[in-house]
Amino acid sequence: MVGIVIVSHSEKLAESIVDLTRMMADGANIVAAGGLEDGSFGTSYDRIKEAIEKVYSAEGVIILMDMGSAVMTTEMVLEEFDAGSKIRMVDAPIVESAVAASVSALCGNSIEDIIAEIEETKNAAKF
Amino acid sequence: MTDQKKVVDILLGMGRVMEENKEFLTDLDNTIGDGDHGINMARGFAEVEKQAEGLAGKDIGNILKTTGMTLVSKVGGSSGPLYGTAFMKAGMTIGAKTEIGMDDFLGGLEAGIEGVKARGKSTTGEKTMLDSMVPALEAMKEKQAAGADVKAVLEAGVAAAEAGVEATKPMVATKGRASYLGERSVGHQDPGATSFAFLLKEICNAY
Repeated sequence: MVGIVIVSHSEKLAESIVDLTRMMADGANIVAAGGLEDGSFGTSYDRIKEAIEKVYSAEGVIILMDMGSAVMTTEMVLEEFDAGSKIRMVDAPIVESAVAASVSALCGNSIEDIIAEIEETKNAAKF
Repeated sequence: MTDQKKVVDILLGMGRVMEENKEFLTDLDNTIGDGDHGINMARGFAEVEKQAEGLAGKDIGNILKTTGMTLVSKVGGSSGPLYGTAFMKAGMTIGAKTEIGMDDFLGGLEAGIEGVKARGKSTTGEKTMLDSMVPALEAMKEKQAAGADVKAVLEAGVAAAEAGVEATKPMVATKGRASYLGERSVGHQDPGATSFAFLLKEICNAY
């Protein structure tokens, strides 16, 4: 199953997004990488790296981020992995895309198909 | 010429300056950002200080690369990947040297600035650290080309960096957290540009 990592400045926000996905996709391979080691807001290189390693498989990993350093720190973590590793950062609304990705991953879809579904959340109007 | 020990001493000095200005930088960042710049920079350089003993035996490229990695791992905000990338790129460009001169320094800084631009997908005029980095580099290159001594080159860089910080005040932020404020960011100096001016001044004070 494709793995999913939620990167946020907030530990609670990242964990809550993971919890929220369980409503529809309990059993998806999704983990949180939020906040700093001391519990404060920020993005932790080590937490992101550990989270990716935890859900990594040959099927790949999708990373969803909030903003700023979450994106830049994730980029730097990815530079440490082999160029052949199937790890993709996707730019999309973090809550909606986490739900869409976890449902799709649990259904056994490929990373390419899941990313295509996530991309659709960018254009989905709420009303 | 500057040897490994001096580079480590300067890094330790940078840590002291970040600690001393922690509140000031955080206050600046409270106004237009997320209020963590001073705390983050001080935390990052405190980690660099912890590694200082191990750094001293390495070549200068390695010292800078290790410093960059530490900042990326420990800072926690955008200044981590940005300054971290700058130090790592500078280290890669300077390479396995045990002594460096002004040309090496300027080459390293230029590579660092290119790294910041690429990492932040940013350029000058967007109210970021680049607005003090780029004018400082240009001023120093000019002085160096005119044959000035090390101190005069660095002083020209500090003056240009500080003028660059002032120049961020009327700018509208279009990158980073301050961009959420848009027009409301006008009138305030950029914290990242300010921290770079402090770091460069610390280098200058070492000569």
